[in-house]
Amino acid sequence: MDTITLTVKKVPEIYLECESLNPDTFAGKTGDQIAKLPAYQGKEMSTLGEYFTISGNAGATAAETKIIVNGDCSKMKYIGAKMTAGEIVVNSDCDMYTGSWMSGGKLLVKGNVHSFCGLALKGGEFIIEGNAGNYLGAAYRGDWRGMSGGVLRVKGNAGSDVATFMTGGEMIIEGNVDIHLGTHMEGGKIVLKGNANRRVGGQLVKGEIYVFGKINVMMPGYKKTGEVDLEVDGTKARFTEYIGDLGERHPKRKGETVYGKLYMKK
Amino acid sequence: MPKEVTDVICPFCGTLCDDICITVSDDNKTILGVKNACAIGAEKFNHQRLPGRVKRPRMRQADGTYKEITYDEAIDWTAKMLVKSRKTLMYGWASTSCQAMSIGHEIAEKTGCIVDNCATVCHGSSLIAIEDVGVPSCTLGEIKNRADRVIFWGCNPAHAHPRHMSRYSIFPRGFFTVKGHKGRKIYCVDCRYTDTAKCADEFIQIQQGYDYELLNAFRTAARGEALPDTVGGVPKEKIYEVVEDLKSARFGIIFFGMGLTHTMGRNHNIDIAICLTRDMNDFTKFAIMAMRGHWNVTGSGQVLGWQYGFPYAVDLSRRDQARHQTGETTSVDLLNRNEVEACFYIATDPGAHFPVDAMISSSKKPTVTVDPHINCTTEISDIHIPVAMVGVETGGCAYRMDNVPIETRKVVDPPEGVLTDEELLTKINQRVDELLAKGGA
Amino acid sequence: MSEYIIKNGHVFDPVQGIKGDKKDIAIKDGKIVDKVGSSAKTIDAKGKTVMAGALDIHAHVAGPKVNAGRWYRPEDKHFDSHKVPGITRIEGGKSIPTVFKTGYAYARMGFTFVMEAAMPPMYARHVHEEIHDTPIIDEAALPVFGNNWFILEYLKNQEIENTAAYIAWILRQTKGYGVKVVNPGGTEAWAWGLNCLTIHDPVPYFDITPSEIVTGLMKANEYLGLPHSMHIHQNDLGNPGNYTVTLDTLKLAEGIKPKNNFGREQVMHSTHLQFHSYGGDSFANIDSKAKEVMDYVNKNKNITMDTGNVTLDETTTMTADGPFEHHLHALNHLKWFNVDVELETGAGVVPYIYSPNVSVNAIQWAIGLELALFAKDPMRCFITTDHPNAGPFTRYPRVYSWLMSKKVRDERLNTFKNADKVIGATYLAEIDREITLYELAQMTRAGPAKALGLGKDYGGLAPGMNADIAIYNIDPDKFPSTGADIEKAFANVAYLFKDGKICVEEGKIVDMGNKHTFWVDAKVKENKQVMHDIREKFLKYYSVNENNYPVPESYAPHQHILTVDAVQ
Repeated sequence: MDTITLTVKKVPEIYLECESLNPDTFAGKTGDQIAKLPAYQGKEMSTLGEYFTISGNAGATAAETKIIVNGDCSKMKYIGAKMTAGEIVVNSDCDMYTGSWMSGGKLLVKGNVHSFCGLALKGGEFIIEGNAGNYLGAAYRGDWRGMSGGVLRVKGNAGSDVATFMTGGEMIIEGNVDIHLGTHMEGGKIVLKGNANRRVGGQLVKGEIYVFGKINVMMPGYKKTGEVDLEVDGTKARFTEYIGDLGERHPKRKGETVYGKLYMKK
Repeated sequence: MPKEVTDVICPFCGTLCDDICITVSDDNKTILGVKNACAIGAEKFNHQRLPGRVKRPRMRQADGTYKEITYDEAIDWTAKMLVKSRKTLMYGWASTSCQAMSIGHEIAEKTGCIVDNCATVCHGSSLIAIEDVGVPSCTLGEIKNRADRVIFWGCNPAHAHPRHMSRYSIFPRGFFTVKGHKGRKIYCVDCRYTDTAKCADEFIQIQQGYDYELLNAFRTAARGEALPDTVGGVPKEKIYEVVEDLKSARFGIIFFGMGLTHTMGRNHNIDIAICLTRDMNDFTKFAIMAMRGHWNVTGSGQVLGWQYGFPYAVDLSRRDQARHQTGETTSVDLLNRNEVEACFYIATDPGAHFPVDAMISSSKKPTVTVDPHINCTTEISDIHIPVAMVGVETGGCAYRMDNVPIETRKVVDPPEGVLTDEELLTKINQRVDELLAKGGA
Repeated sequence: MSEYIIKNGHVFDPVQGIKGDKKDIAIKDGKIVDKVGSSAKTIDAKGKTVMAGALDIHAHVAGPKVNAGRWYRPEDKHFDSHKVPGITRIEGGKSIPTVFKTGYAYARMGFTFVMEAAMPPMYARHVHEEIHDTPIIDEAALPVFGNNWFILEYLKNQEIENTAAYIAWILRQTKGYGVKVVNPGGTEAWAWGLNCLTIHDPVPYFDITPSEIVTGLMKANEYLGLPHSMHIHQNDLGNPGNYTVTLDTLKLAEGIKPKNNFGREQVMHSTHLQFHSYGGDSFANIDSKAKEVMDYVNKNKNITMDTGNVTLDETTTMTADGPFEHHLHALNHLKWFNVDVELETGAGVVPYIYSPNVSVNAIQWAIGLELALFAKDPMRCFITTDHPNAGPFTRYPRVYSWLMSKKVRDERLNTFKNADKVIGATYLAEIDREITLYELAQMTRAGPAKALGLGKDYGGLAPGMNADIAIYNIDPDKFPSTGADIEKAFANVAYLFKDGKICVEEGKIVDMGNKHTFWVDAKVKENKQVMHDIREKFLKYYSVNENNYPVPESYAPHQHILTVDAVQ
C-alpha cells in the first residue's frame, strides 16, 4: 500500500468542496498530479495543492492507496465521498458529506464530522471517533434507498435523522442520538449504546434496532412481545423485545407478517 | 370618475383569492377602495397610497444613515457584488411574479448564487416530506365540491388565511355539498384552542410536540392495532373513534400548517401525516394540503422546479450544476455557517423572520435588498432598491397553495420612476453580462 | 435570410417516397425550396442520413404533474446536473429532465416538435410557462376532456354540438391543440376513490359510460374538423388481461369518418398501446397480446397508435389516470403524488424501476417492440416511450436499435434473468423484421405529422415544407451493427435545422432558433347554452373566476395557430 499525506496549509474562507479527495481519484497519480486536482469554494475553482501540502504518491489502484490527512479539515466537504477501496485517516474534524456514497475501503475520522456523512453507505468501514451531526448514514433527499451495506461506527454522539431509509448494513452509535433514529427503515441493523431522545423506529417497515440506554418517549406503534437474551456488539444482555411500527406496512414471508424489531436492554 | 377593476387577485397569502374588486382613481395612481378582501388583503391594497413610499434606491453610509442613489448606481453596485462574490445567497421570491423569478435565476446561474425562497422558514418541511413520501392532494375546488370531513391540524386559517374557510373549506355549498358546513364535520387539532377551533365541530387538544406520535397512533388505530392509553394527551378511545369516523367519510381532507412544520421533527410530522392520508385512501378518498403562507412561494418552487428540478434551496454556486440539500443549501444554514460572501434579498424580509444569529451573519456581508418598502432587512443592507408592488402596481403569474396558477393584475401605476422587479432584474442581468465580458467569466 | 444547400445526403422522405437516394435539399427563408443561389452555404451530407425533424406525438414534458415529478424527486438530478460549455443553461434530470434539458436533448436527437400529452385546463397557464421556457423545439399541448363535468353532462344527453362548442372554448382558453382522453370516466370516479375499468362501467353520479364518452368525443372532434383525431389513453391501463378493454375501445372508432381540412385520415389515436396489450389474468401469467391488438389496428385504417416502449430504466410514471397510480403505489410502495382537479381531471406520479431481472418488465419491453414490428402501415404506428412512463425520451436511440437490429434486440432478450419465461410469454423471438430507415422516417416524422394535421408543412422534405431537418452520421450503406453504435448515431445529430436555422451541430447546441407554441383556434357559431353553463359552473363550482381562467398571449410569444372553421 502506498501512503500519501495531505497537510492543511490554508483553511478555506467559505467551505472547500473536496470531491477529489479519495483513493479512487488519487489512484495512479503522483503527489504533483494530485496537487493539481480541482477543489472548489463556490464558483472559484482552485486545486488541492492550494490548500494542502502533499507528500508521497498514491498507489496504482484505489485499493493500494492510503491517504492520511492532517490539519484542520473542519471546513472541508466530501472527504472520502464515493470511495470504493483503499484507506483514509483524517486526524481532524471534517465537515459535510464525509464518506458519503462510500462502497468499500476504510475511512477513519479521528475527530467529529458534520451532517450528511456516510449517506447511502454501500460497503466498507467508516469509523468516527468523535461525534457526528445530523443525517448520519441517511439517504439522499427524496431517495428511498439509504445505507445498504458496510459498517458505520460512531464512538461519540450523533444528532437527528440518523439512518433514515436504511435498507442494510450495520450502524453502531456508542454515544447518544437525538430524535428520529431509523425513520422509514427497511432493513439493516442499528445498535445504540447510549440514549435516544424520541422517535426511534418511526415508520419502520423492517430492520432491527438495539438500544442499550433509554428512550425518552416510545413510539405508540411499538408493542412489547417478550424478553430475549442476546449478544450485541460484544455485550451479552437481556433485552425487552418490541415489534413495530404497527402504524406502517410490513412485508409478508410465507404468509407471516415480518415486523421490525426494537430491543431495549433491561 | 373612479373606476372599478374586477377579478383582481390578492397578493398576500396562499389562498390567492381572485374575486377582489378595487376602486381606482381616474388618473390610475391611487387605490380608493377594496371589496371582498379580508382585512389583511385590504390592507395590502390600501397601504399602496400611504405617504412615505421609497421611490429611489438608498445606500448605507459609513455613519449608518442612508443616502439616495440612482437606479443605475444601485444596479452597477449590485452587479459588481454578484460578480465578485464566490457564493451569494439569493433569497426571497415569495412576493414577486414567476416572470421576475426567471430572470433572477439567469443571474444566479451566471454569478454562482444559491437560490432559496421563503419555504426555507415555512413549508420547506412539507416539501422535504413530499420529497420523501409524495402527497395525495387536490385543488381547492374539490374540497368545496366534495369534502365532508375537514381536519385543520396545526394551522389557524381564521388568522392566517381568513377567507379560506368561506371560499373553500368549511362553508361553501358545492356540487356534491349542497348543505355547506352542515354537511361537513370539521376537526381542529391544535395544542391551543384557536379561533379556527371555534369553527370546528370537534377540537382535539394535543400536547405540544407530540404530533408525530399522535399521527403514528392514528395510523396504528387505522390498522386495528393496540395503542397505549393516551398519546400526546389524547385518550386512545378518542383516537379509535376519530379514525372510524374518518373511514366513514366520502372525502376527507387534512389542512396543516406551522403546527406541524415547526414543531419537533418538522418534516417528519408532515411525512407521517401524508402517510396517514395515504393509508386512508385504502378505505375512502382522502387528501392533504399544506396551507402555504405567501401568495407566490409556491410559484418560486414551481419555477425552480422546472428550471433546475428542486423546489427551493437550489445551489447554483458552481455555475455548471444545480444541487439541493436542505440543511446545507438552505439560507439559515448558509448564514449560520458563514458559507456565503454576499446576500441578495428580494420580495421578502428575512430581518423579520430569520433567527437573529443568521441575520447578524448576514449584516456582516455586502447585502442588497429589493423591496417596495423599508423593512427590517433593508436597514441592515448596503443598498435598498425599491420596486413596484407585484399584484398591485404590476402583474405577473402566481401559484396558489394548491399549485393552481393565476395571473395577478396591475391595478394602479407604481410611483413615478419606480421599476418593477422584472425591469430591475433585467438591468442587473445586462450589467452582469457587461462585467463578465470585460473581466472574463 | 439564410440559404443553405444540403448536398449528397441519403434522403429518407415518405412524403415524396424517397427511400435513401442521394438528393440535395435546398433551404431558403425557413422553407425547403427547389433551388437556391450560389451564395447558399453548403452543408456536406455525404455518407449521412437526411430526414425531416422528428415529431414526438406523446410525451409528458410540461405541466403540473411533470413538475411535481421533478421537484419531488431530487434524487433524479443527483449527480446528474451539468452545464455544457457554450450557450446552454444547466441541464439535469434522468427521467424527468428540466425544461432546458428537455429542449436541448430532443434537439440533439433530431426532434423539432413535441406534443405535451395531457394538459389539465385549470393548470394550462403552468403548461405554457414551461413550454415557454423549453428551448428550441416547437410544442403544443392536449387539454384533457374525458373526465370533464361539462363533457360528461353534454354527452349523457348526446349533445354533440354543445360538446363541440365547449371543446372549442377550452382550446381557445388554454391554447390547446386537440382532444385528449385519459381513462375516460375513471378519473372522475377516482375523485371518490373509485375507477372505471371497462368501457361499460358507469361514472358515479354522472351515470355515463366510457364508451359513450369516447364515442361522443370522437363525434365532436369530427364535427369540429380538428387537425388531430381524438387521442386516447384507454381504461384499465397496466393490468393483465386488459387487451379486451383495448379492443372494445378501438372498436368504438368503427363507422366514424374523419372530417377535416388537414389531411388527417384517422379518427382515433390510441396511445402507449404497450400498456394496454396484456393477456393473462395476473402478473404471474401475464403475456403479450400485441399480435391480437395489431391484427385489429392493421385491418382498421381509421386508427393511429403509438407504442409506449419500455426502456428498462429507473423512471417516473405520471399520468392523468389517477387511480392507476394509486394502484402502482400499492404494488411498489414508492412515493405517490396525486392531485384531483376540480370539474376536470386528476393526475398521479409514482417512480418505477423497470428491471431486466423482473420478467413482467421484460415482457412489457417485448410487447412494446412487437407492436411496432407487427405494424403493417408504419404511417399509422409511431414510436414513443410515453415519456417518462415507460422510459425517458432520451432512450429513443436505444429503442431504435432494438427495432432496427434483430441481433441487438435478441442479445437483450436472451440475456434476461428469466429469458425462457419471457420468450414463452411473447412473440418477439419469432420476429425477424427489422425496421428500415425509411420506415423509421414514417414512424417518427411523416406519420405523426399527418396524424397531427401538420402533414402539409412538417414531417417531410418536399419543397414548400418547413425547413425542419435532421442530418445523422449514419451511412445507410454501412448501417452501424452494434447497439451502442446505433444509439450513438441517433443520439447526436450532425446537424439540426429548425425553421431553416442551424440549431445543433455535431450534437452541440449552437442556436436557440425560434420556437413556437402550436394551438388550434376552432370557430363555432355562438352557443348561448354552453356560455351560460360555463358562467354558472364558474360561479358555483370552480374555485377561480371565469375571467382569470384563460391563458394570456404573453405566455406564448410566438404562436403557430391552426384555424378551423366549424361554423355551420
